[in-house]
Amino acid sequence: MRTSVKIALLIVAAAALIALPIVADAMGEKAFISLATRALIYGIAAASLNLALGYGGMISFGHAAFYGIGGYVVGILSFHYAAGEPLFGVIPGTNQLLVTLPMAMLIAGLFAALIGALSLRTTGVQFIMITLAFAQMVFFLFVSLEKYGGDDGLIIRRTNAFFDFNLRDRETMYYLCLALAALVLVALWRITRSRFGFALVGIRQSERRMAAIGLSTYRYKLVGFILSGMGAGLAGALTANLLRFASPDMLHWTKSGELMIMVILGGVGTLFGPFVGAAVFVILESVLASWTANWQFPLGLILLVVVLFTHGGVQGFVERIVGRRT
Amino acid sequence: MTLFVEQLLNGLQLGVMLFLMAAGLTLIFGIMGVINLAHGSIYMVGAYVGCYVFLQTGSFLTGFAAAIAGAAVTGILIEFVVIRRLYQRDHLDQVLATFALILLFNQGVTMVFGLQPLFVAMPSFLSGSVELFGGLIYPVYRLAIIAVGLLVALGLYLLINHTRIGMLVRAGSTNREMVRALGVRVGLLYTLVFGLGALLAGLAGFMAGPILAVQVGMGEQILITTFVVVVIGGVGSIRGAFVASLLVGVVDTLLRSYLPGLLRQVMVGPEADALGAGISSMGIYLIMAIVLLIRPKGLFPAHG
Repeated sequence: MRTSVKIALLIVAAAALIALPIVADAMGEKAFISLATRALIYGIAAASLNLALGYGGMISFGHAAFYGIGGYVVGILSFHYAAGEPLFGVIPGTNQLLVTLPMAMLIAGLFAALIGALSLRTTGVQFIMITLAFAQMVFFLFVSLEKYGGDDGLIIRRTNAFFDFNLRDRETMYYLCLALAALVLVALWRITRSRFGFALVGIRQSERRMAAIGLSTYRYKLVGFILSGMGAGLAGALTANLLRFASPDMLHWTKSGELMIMVILGGVGTLFGPFVGAAVFVILESVLASWTANWQFPLGLILLVVVLFTHGGVQGFVERIVGRRT
Repeated sequence: MTLFVEQLLNGLQLGVMLFLMAAGLTLIFGIMGVINLAHGSIYMVGAYVGCYVFLQTGSFLTGFAAAIAGAAVTGILIEFVVIRRLYQRDHLDQVLATFALILLFNQGVTMVFGLQPLFVAMPSFLSGSVELFGGLIYPVYRLAIIAVGLLVALGLYLLINHTRIGMLVRAGSTNREMVRALGVRVGLLYTLVFGLGALLAGLAGFMAGPILAVQVGMGEQILITTFVVVVIGGVGSIRGAFVASLLVGVVDTLLRSYLPGLLRQVMVGPEADALGAGISSMGIYLIMAIVLLIRPKGLFPAHG
């Protein structure tokens, strides 16, 4: 695609996203705003996963762990804030968004550092399975924490405070998520076009060659994995704010699968793909669910067809129609 | 002491069930290089078909035959329609395509059988218990499962090590390309191996019927544990799968039965139970992580 066409498309998309709540409001489709918010949050998670999976070639089947940890950080901090009892006796709880979001990213990043440092010693199918195993451990850990709701999950009584904005308001939450999604997109754009990003892609294409020219491939992959986990943690924290609920469901291994589906649907290793994929997934899910209770059946069929017969997901498909691929 | 032996036997029983699943999965991965998440769905299909036929006809053996036939046919169909297109793809495509199959099978079974679990009774000739020794009374059915599992292990050992097909399977898991280059009809071999793996999964599913509830989602529970087994044992190795199955089965069972009790000595009752259950569920993943950190290719890797 030519650069001018790309820029034009980008401007149109940005304008449409900014106008979306106003249009939805005018059409009386308030529920559509929540749907779009969810799509944006999943987009952040999928785009982060894509950094590890699409650019770095690290097929993580455990990103639900970082997503869920992000959610639980918000939940646990606000639980201790409401109870007025510090965590571990020293860390006070809080409901300030400016504290909880960075904390969620930090803790998710720490977990990603630990899990990544151990998992990256393996490759191929072993890597897929060991990331799944670690995610399962995190899942069972939170299920067993009775204090934070165990199986039932943790209800967050009050949404986080963010200056004078009311995050319970759908539109405010939407614009917050839109702004953060744009930030994540810019960050990923900078990362993938930096020396680090090129090294990461090089490692995916041929790790041996990158090692031969003197790169410490393990370190590059680990940093990529940590950044990816932090993004997923941010998405989890936003989900917890949106739903006012953090539950083991966020940590379930099918969540990892869903995030991978979004990346595939949109296009692996592309900048915008995961956001498109997340939007397609969320819309597909809600449309199919409104048609039939057995919505997973058509979803499975669509996914199967996409995986078997398209290469490059929605974005690749669009690019093939619009014109030459660059 | 008798309690400990009883738990050990329970662990053994879980272990052989896992082996029935893991044997197929490890062969499919070792020979075809395909990660098959739908293996759990085949287990579920075997359980549903077998238990349905058992409930309808009242004959356990008819149900048994139906389960393995149904599972094998399902497996061969899956291989023919989907898996065949995935041999040349990367792992990501394989994970997603077979994840899609899970969605299809779970929803398909829900549409046919509904959300209510099927409950089947034990067959009369296997119900009841026997006294093994020194006051240890153990259910016959569980002993029968252990026996069937060990028989299958023996049969697989003979098949893999002493037949022509077994030779090809061993060759295939060591160097796939070479087998193809030597003019073996790999397509047929792949279908056979996939069918065999599916048959064993169906057998496991059917035998689990009277012990567990036959319900949607049963496949995924055992699938993830099976993957743990396959990875610990070393992908592609039947011997590794056997050792790892028994290890995982016994450790998991012992943790579940003893850990909450141990924790209760230092904590209050309900919290200890919840934490104990959580940590014992984590146990097998911990073993896997430790094994992979020491031997990144598992205990008995098949590929050089």
